[in-house]
Amino acid sequence: METLGVDLDHGLRSFRLALALDAGAETVALMGPSGAGKTSVLRAIAGLLRPERGHITLGGDTWLDTARRIDLPPERRRVGLVFQEYALFPHMTVRANVAFGGSERVDELLERFAIASLAGARPSAISGGERQRVALARALARDPGVLLLDEPLSALDAHTRSRVRQELRELLLDLGLPTLIVTHDFEDAAALADRVGVLVDGRLLQIGPPSELVATPADAFVAGFTGANLLRGTARPAPNGLTEVALDAGFTAYSVEPAGGRVALAVYPWEVSVAREAPDDSAVNHVRAPIGSIMTLGNRVRVQIGPVTAEVTTQSSERLGLREGEVVVASFKATGARLLSGA
Amino acid sequence: MRPSAFGVVLWAAACVALAFLLIPIVAIFSELTLGELRDGLTSDVARDALRVTAETNLAAMALILLFGTPTAYLLASRSFRGRTVLVTLVELPLVLPPAVAGIGLLAAFGRLGLLGGTVESLGIDIAFTKVAVILAVTFVASPFYVRTAIAAFEAVDPDLVAASRTLGAGPARTFARVALPIASGGLGAGAALAFARGLGEFGATIMFAGSLQGVTQTLSLAVYQEFDVDFDTALAIGALLVLGSALVLFAAKVIPSWRRSASTSITVSGPSASR
Repeated sequence: METLGVDLDHGLRSFRLALALDAGAETVALMGPSGAGKTSVLRAIAGLLRPERGHITLGGDTWLDTARRIDLPPERRRVGLVFQEYALFPHMTVRANVAFGGSERVDELLERFAIASLAGARPSAISGGERQRVALARALARDPGVLLLDEPLSALDAHTRSRVRQELRELLLDLGLPTLIVTHDFEDAAALADRVGVLVDGRLLQIGPPSELVATPADAFVAGFTGANLLRGTARPAPNGLTEVALDAGFTAYSVEPAGGRVALAVYPWEVSVAREAPDDSAVNHVRAPIGSIMTLGNRVRVQIGPVTAEVTTQSSERLGLREGEVVVASFKATGARLLSGA
Repeated sequence: MRPSAFGVVLWAAACVALAFLLIPIVAIFSELTLGELRDGLTSDVARDALRVTAETNLAAMALILLFGTPTAYLLASRSFRGRTVLVTLVELPLVLPPAVAGIGLLAAFGRLGLLGGTVESLGIDIAFTKVAVILAVTFVASPFYVRTAIAAFEAVDPDLVAASRTLGAGPARTFARVALPIASGGLGAGAALAFARGLGEFGATIMFAGSLQGVTQTLSLAVYQEFDVDFDTALAIGALLVLGSALVLFAAKVIPSWRRSASTSITVSGPSASR
């Protein structure tokens, strides 16, 4: 399997996109806020954007080398790009769309993506999930060496989304191609990708397996993106050997991590427990506040307690009889409180 | 439902405007009996003018499509310094008085004009020939096509062009298979507008090509020549032009929507799986 090598340096509107990345037979998700340069990375790899400086290779082929004045046009790069809105040709049938890039494997691809029955339909007449399958089939018909997916799930409704995510995961494992996915959703990134890179203002803040980003986020931004509670405050060493953080929200919390000055305390919702009274257990951090909101997500309930969001099981929520407006205590351990810069 | 006062005002103004526009057209037809119409249209003047108009306008349309389409695609798909100036130049004949266009063409291609010597040395005489009519019509009518064509190409989603490129199609194949078919509704409308304008071309033609029956005299020139010779013939030709122009204009309105519905029609072939 060929490895994709990307090294880019390009001025975007208000920041520089500077990124180096290698991808073997794996899926790498680029995650970040909108306007962080994620799509520009895909466009540069596809040859739709020429970076000021850069080097892009696939195995032994050089697609771009600004130093040697090599810049292959998109049609000469073996890349399959699936656009955010799919960009299906509206004047062609599903079959003609898939056959546009290469006609040998059309029937096989129509079968594989379960769109053979739609072969004669126009893109405007099929559903969002079907359009995505057509776009994937069309991109693969060219037998690409690299697959690029721009927000592959964002155009789908919530119901279709989880099913398509699962299908896409299986497809990507099956293909074994270097694949880059752009997304702004950590759940999508974690479900689809072997590695997740957090791109902010053109720079990779951190790249690693999803579990690593959750366990050791590089900074407050990464922690926020992976779903952690971020409590900003000022840290100073406490006599008991812990770090005491005076939170801006008016509480005091402790962490085992050493820090001083402005910090963001990150704690994941599933590490926060909820009780009527402050429990006499190993947790040292207690936030006593009225419940702001209660949101049920399947078998879990997200409870907003002052500045902290806790995630508990539906059973626990029912046993405690949690109601909005009631004062409860959210507790978490000093060992679960990470202190991050970037506050 | 009781109509509002504002609604009444709108309708009243619209009735005045429509009446003003319609009365001259009604007059053309009401002044003619069917026999006079037939005699007028079968006269030598009318037959010659119809032939000249058809030949020159078809040739002009071919030139406009052949050169105007790539020009419009270039201006719509590339951004470069001076693009606005170029677009303005392309659109200039739209606002230029036709008499100015005529004198300009004469100054350029006339025997004593800027390029007259060059053209004459090749043994070609342009002014006051059929070629002059074609050039005059092309000059005056082309912006109607190019303007609409630029808008039509600009409306093509850039992602579709990019998708075509990443699927292995070079710029030329992308133009032919993606941009051109998707813009075709707008291009058809633009062509119809240009054709309608060309049919009625008068000022530039009479200055640059003259009004020689059977050679350079188009239908609109024939109306002008006949109106103090044989008013009925002038009216009959006028009636023909009204019908022709209305038809072309109507086509310009219908073509884009017809194209759109054709490209979105549901044509599922084979058994549709129940899923």
